[in-house]
Amino acid sequence: MTAEEWTAVRLSLLIATTATIFSLPLGIAIAWLLARGRFWGKSVLDTLVHLPLILPPVVTGYLLLLSFGRRGPIGGFLAEEFGIVFSFRWTGAALACAIMGFPLMVRAIRLSIEAVDQRLEAAAGTLGANPLWVFATITLPLCLPGILAGSILAFAKSMGEFGATITFVSNIPGETQTLPSLIYTLTQVPGGDAAAMRLTLVSIAISMLALLGSELLAKRIGARRQTA
Amino acid sequence: MSLDVDVDHRRGSFHLQARFTAAPGLTALFGRSGSGKTSLVNIVGGLIRPDRGRVSVDGQTLVDTGNGVLVKPHRRRIGYVFQDSRLFPHLSVRRNLLYGRWFARGSGGAAADLGAVVELLGIGHLLERNPESLSGGEKQRVAIGRALLARPRLVLMDEPLASLDESRRAEILPYIERLRDEAGVPILYVSHSVAEVARLATTVVIMTDGKVTAVGPVLDILPLADANDGGAVLDATVSRHDETFHLSVLHSAAGELQVPRLNAAVGAHVRAYIRARDVMLSLKPPEDISALNVLAGRIASITATGGAQADIRLDCNGAVLMARLTAKSVDRLGLAPGRPVYAVVKSVSFERS
Repeated sequence: MTAEEWTAVRLSLLIATTATIFSLPLGIAIAWLLARGRFWGKSVLDTLVHLPLILPPVVTGYLLLLSFGRRGPIGGFLAEEFGIVFSFRWTGAALACAIMGFPLMVRAIRLSIEAVDQRLEAAAGTLGANPLWVFATITLPLCLPGILAGSILAFAKSMGEFGATITFVSNIPGETQTLPSLIYTLTQVPGGDAAAMRLTLVSIAISMLALLGSELLAKRIGARRQTA
Repeated sequence: MSLDVDVDHRRGSFHLQARFTAAPGLTALFGRSGSGKTSLVNIVGGLIRPDRGRVSVDGQTLVDTGNGVLVKPHRRRIGYVFQDSRLFPHLSVRRNLLYGRWFARGSGGAAADLGAVVELLGIGHLLERNPESLSGGEKQRVAIGRALLARPRLVLMDEPLASLDESRRAEILPYIERLRDEAGVPILYVSHSVAEVARLATTVVIMTDGKVTAVGPVLDILPLADANDGGAVLDATVSRHDETFHLSVLHSAAGELQVPRLNAAVGAHVRAYIRARDVMLSLKPPEDISALNVLAGRIASITATGGAQADIRLDCNGAVLMARLTAKSVDRLGLAPGRPVYAVVKSVSFERS
């Protein structure tokens, strides 16, 4: 593989990992709100979270460009106040990936929180644990498989994200050129077929490894529970 | 310790209106299912907020709707043993037991260390196990231990034996007795089994349709407990075992009782429950009958139940015994209050209903 190809692979891994790690806390919080919360506007929040799943990725990317671009309301504020720039940077690609993977992550975690027996949480309360402790020591460990599944889904989605990323941060080699962007570029130039094929295989390999890894981890959690 | 409850709570057409004070020892909330026992316990434990009323433990107000006091469940220091043991599946038995102890640090209350509780409940061999691998009886013992180790001021038990079969119940009852007598933590115990209440309770609170209908010491209250299955409780001690016939001889105020061999040491205190329909009356000392237990007494009162039957309350040397006869027999024998009679006891139960 060429240096350019390696760079794209490394960048994709970095972007997907960053997107997953940073969206996880918010994903757990939103999933908990949707699973357990009773508040006005819950269905609005639910719709909002699911929106990236339904909208064309290009639309999501364009909306990101409008709001998080240098001249966008949020992007301009972040750049001026904190010096954080998303547009045409790899961080922007991570933001786009995080948003695209968010519905998948929240959905998986929400389902597993809903499956946690609330009677166990009540029991923990009678033993003196305040709600935050109950969440940390009972709810969270019990929905760990769901959190893991959600993270893997978000990671896999990030590895394959193309539309929103290319619209928001373009396709700059070394900065925002991810694996799918490079494959796309290669298919557009004559003689790029062999390289595109190589990267396709790499892409398949990474996805399978991620899936396999999550299976192993899930099994381990299950096994620990059996012997614990 | 004292628990004062005075609450008023509506849920649909059901109206719970209860007021009682629980003394130290084990207080049994007794009544049919649907009589509001569990709701009452949930109000004390903080899982239900009553519409109106007050709950206080040891003078500390936990609920006072008039003054807007509602202490959160995790701040009440009230242990709760649920019908379904609710052990945490992702923690070992040991970590389940220790779960509440961390939060109880520095809170005083009944000192309880792991070793003592494990010994009290006989669960030492289970510590490293996973809760799902335990039997129903073992789970309940661990649940009781977990509640105790959180250093509660009061332990609530909501039909902790209801999901167990007879032999498992028999396995746990002695541990609850020990808890009552040794741990020094008052217990509020929900049950609809006369036999369980007879064996365990110090005080009985009888509930009917959401109302408290009687409160008092178990020996006075239990004879009134259930119109369909009346009976009386006798306090007794094991005076010896007869190994030839596999019998135990009990000594009680009413006289000597011979019962199938009990698994209890000589000198141990036991409570015998004698159902009214298991007692026959005779005017003369009966001879040549199969029943082993004949107690002499005097008729205290006769209550006609309206149908063919009558309930006779006997005074046997200070102890109360109930007999259920047909009205015809009462008439034929000329039974009347004050008349000396002999009670033939057909069977004595201890924990079985």
